[in-house]
Amino acid sequence: MFVADIRIKLKKGVADPEGKNTAKALELLGFSEVAEVKTSKFFSIHLDTHDEAAAKAQVEKICLALLANPVINDYSYDIKKVA
Amino acid sequence: MKLEDIKVCILRIEGTNCETESYQAFERLGAKPEMVHLKQLTGQDVRESEKRSITDYQILMIPGGFSSGDYVRAGAIFAARMKTKLAAPMEEFIREGRAVLGVCNGFQVLVEMGFLPGIDGIMSPVPQAVLSTNDSSRFECRPTLLKYENNYNCIFTQKIKSGQVLLIPSAHAEGKLLFPHDRAEQIYRQLEDNDQIVFRYVDPNGEYAGYPWNPNGSPHNIAGICNPSGNVMGMMPHPERVFHRYTHPDWTRGFGSEIGDGRAIFESVLDHISKKF
Repeated sequence: MFVADIRIKLKKGVADPEGKNTAKALELLGFSEVAEVKTSKFFSIHLDTHDEAAAKAQVEKICLALLANPVINDYSYDIKKVA
Repeated sequence: MKLEDIKVCILRIEGTNCETESYQAFERLGAKPEMVHLKQLTGQDVRESEKRSITDYQILMIPGGFSSGDYVRAGAIFAARMKTKLAAPMEEFIREGRAVLGVCNGFQVLVEMGFLPGIDGIMSPVPQAVLSTNDSSRFECRPTLLKYENNYNCIFTQKIKSGQVLLIPSAHAEGKLLFPHDRAEQIYRQLEDNDQIVFRYVDPNGEYAGYPWNPNGSPHNIAGICNPSGNVMGMMPHPERVFHRYTHPDWTRGFGSEIGDGRAIFESVLDHISKKF
């Protein structure tokens, strides 16, 4: 079994209204040192396979089929073997 | 073909809304709509008698809503599920000149499936656009004013006067139409050249304006687009919610008509299909 920790980020230059709003809220809460907030999505996916290469290929497919829209998203992931 | 023979597929999955208004809009104009669950088209977990084929219909409408809870991205799960089994039949459906309408979440689905803007062919293998989070980072729900800007390429708007401003309500959290950052302006120009821009958000004077008139911060105030052939249209506001004048927020002030601003979209597509097939 492998577990893939996948992070879906907004590409550079794409507006992040959620991040901006969070930054504003933090400022209102008195966190004056907060300069910028960026949001991203995190998915942890367990894959029932014993082959790391197959797991990696599967994760690539998953990212392109559903998790990321290449117009605004970049994706990255770590794959670890678990018992 | 006769109006009463035009079959309309109102496609739904978990989280679809306004399918009843959409159904009634087509039914009231004399066509034959049918509410169809996605599983009926893909043939998964349904009885034989419930199975349907997309080719049974001349018009496919994907209504609004929050399909699959809007998880991952709005419309992404609906689109991915459709893509696995229906990509080829839908491409054929569009190639034959049948009509596809996506409203709100339906627009998001058509964009995620690669049918809109459709500038490199009927369907692109990866999305060419996205309906991104509103600038306000909130769900924006209110009447919006749309200026009709198409030069009659789009089959859904033939009965709307050029430059006419329509009041059609918006209700979405992800409606900002974005294209790849490095090619965005080039794509906007291409959309204009191809006559693919259908509606833009305006203020009461008919001028392009920012928030709140543009509820989501969509660049160039775009509210709705069509594909280059004009038979696939996606728009964020909900025309089926203003089929009747009395569902306009200002109806008590009297405008001497019972016709709502959204009705022309349904009339236009039915008129086109009845002449074409």
